[in-house]
Amino acid sequence: MIENINSFIFQLMNYPYLQNALFAAVLVGIICGVIGCFIILRGMALMGDAISHAVLPGVVIAYMLGASFFVGAVITGVLTALAIGFISQNSRIKEDSAIGIMFTAMFAAGVVLITALQGTSVDLWHILFGNVLAVSRTDLYFTLGIGIFVLGTIVIFYRPLLLSTFDETMAKATGLPVKWIHYMLMLLLSFVTVASLQTVGIILVVAMLITPGATAYLLTERFSVMLFLSAFFGVFSAVTGLFFSVIYDVSSGASIVLVASVLFAIAFFFAPKQGLVFKMLKKPKNETVAP
Amino acid sequence: MADERSIKVDRLSVHYHGQTAIRDITFTVSKGMIVGVIGPNGAGKSTLMKAMLGLEKSKGEVLFFGKKINAIRKQVAYVPQRNSIDWDFPVRVEDVVLMGRFMHIPWYKKTSREDRSRAREALEQVGMQDYSNRQIGELSGGQQQRVFIARALAQDADLFFLDEPFVGIDIESEKIIVELLHQLSKEEKTIFIIHHDLSKVEKYFDELVLLNQTLIQAGNVKEVYKPSFLKEAYRGSAAVINEGNEMVVVGP
Repeated sequence: MIENINSFIFQLMNYPYLQNALFAAVLVGIICGVIGCFIILRGMALMGDAISHAVLPGVVIAYMLGASFFVGAVITGVLTALAIGFISQNSRIKEDSAIGIMFTAMFAAGVVLITALQGTSVDLWHILFGNVLAVSRTDLYFTLGIGIFVLGTIVIFYRPLLLSTFDETMAKATGLPVKWIHYMLMLLLSFVTVASLQTVGIILVVAMLITPGATAYLLTERFSVMLFLSAFFGVFSAVTGLFFSVIYDVSSGASIVLVASVLFAIAFFFAPKQGLVFKMLKKPKNETVAP
Repeated sequence: MADERSIKVDRLSVHYHGQTAIRDITFTVSKGMIVGVIGPNGAGKSTLMKAMLGLEKSKGEVLFFGKKINAIRKQVAYVPQRNSIDWDFPVRVEDVVLMGRFMHIPWYKKTSREDRSRAREALEQVGMQDYSNRQIGELSGGQQQRVFIARALAQDADLFFLDEPFVGIDIESEKIIVELLHQLSKEEKTIFIIHHDLSKVEKYFDELVLLNQTLIQAGNVKEVYKPSFLKEAYRGSAAVINEGNEMVVVGP
């Protein structure tokens, strides 16, 4: 193991592409972890999955037009969020079904477009599962820009975000634009998805959004701490996952997600208060807690 | 003008998908009153409250001391029904109370020491200062309700809207909350309380708004809390027994 770590560090020092990959993965770990906390507590995990899949046609169309794939992704991501809201508000279809309909439709459109473009350099596999080792300097700056924007927005709107997540009716009553906050989060979610495209890919973004946040959720009772812990687990998974990916020559995105999942499993069983093991040990005493 | 001392609701109606939730509700309440909003299940009590707060598309007009709701939002404290809150949410008691200060803090500023001390003071008023570091899910129902009352107090509001605050709480908490509400009313705060249970109505409220989709009667408790009006509102889903001076209400 030590040998492997040394080899990883050696490669890291000598190959700029690996340095880019590491920075990009760390950034993605942070922003996914932070946005993910809001997604989890608002019960929007499925929405996160939807938006991340829905950026696919945007990316492909942008590629066809020679435009920035960032713009394309954000447009289709936000359009999907709006369409989901529109369907669930204007028919008897419930939101989870609306999500299921919209995101598969968008994703299918993306796949059709890509297969129609066969022979070009759009690599479906890399968009779907990421290829962090192909991250260029420009990509890295771009990810950094998104990261700063996303974190900045969350710092500025921390209190409205917290209040509207915790108690929507009070947030509305005191005049917060709850609907706009929702769409702002959807926008940030599309940004984050695009930033994560190369690191973990569209399919696995949702894991980076949900798993580190869920792990943090089991470990703390304060929202601010949850944000930091979640970002930390995101970064830890990114670095460790990249390490395994380089040493054993396996998919980077999938290794990162696997590390995050292992962290979750550990917290699930052994978290001091919420862990299954300690809950079972404590059970008889805890039964006095009021409903 | 009399307007500045009263809350006027004028022909307020709310429709959902073509169905009437409340229709033509009109009443006036003066400042500093504790107002009970009562009626059977599905009478539109929560809808009325939400429409008054401008959270529901409605027809008609609501004026708070001569102003529209949007002009006085910071002065409105809202205490939600307990079952609308996610009690697993990672917040501690002190964090929840501090939320009552949020609307007073400009977005570019951090929460100040004054905000924190106001929150602590509010927690002391409801007797929950010893629990400030607990996660909210660890408290009993009554304690949880007291924490939300503390949040409303910390807001330094003029208007309070409470949605079923006495459901599923212990006697001790209920006593503390009722005393606080009476104290607030003495300070000229106006309080609206959705109340489901017909017992203790006379003890708790100064005025009543009795409704079942339409307004049955509104005004002073003594004038509204009468068998004839209650029967009309509950339409047989509650039995009202008149025993000399005492009135006994059974169900719903």
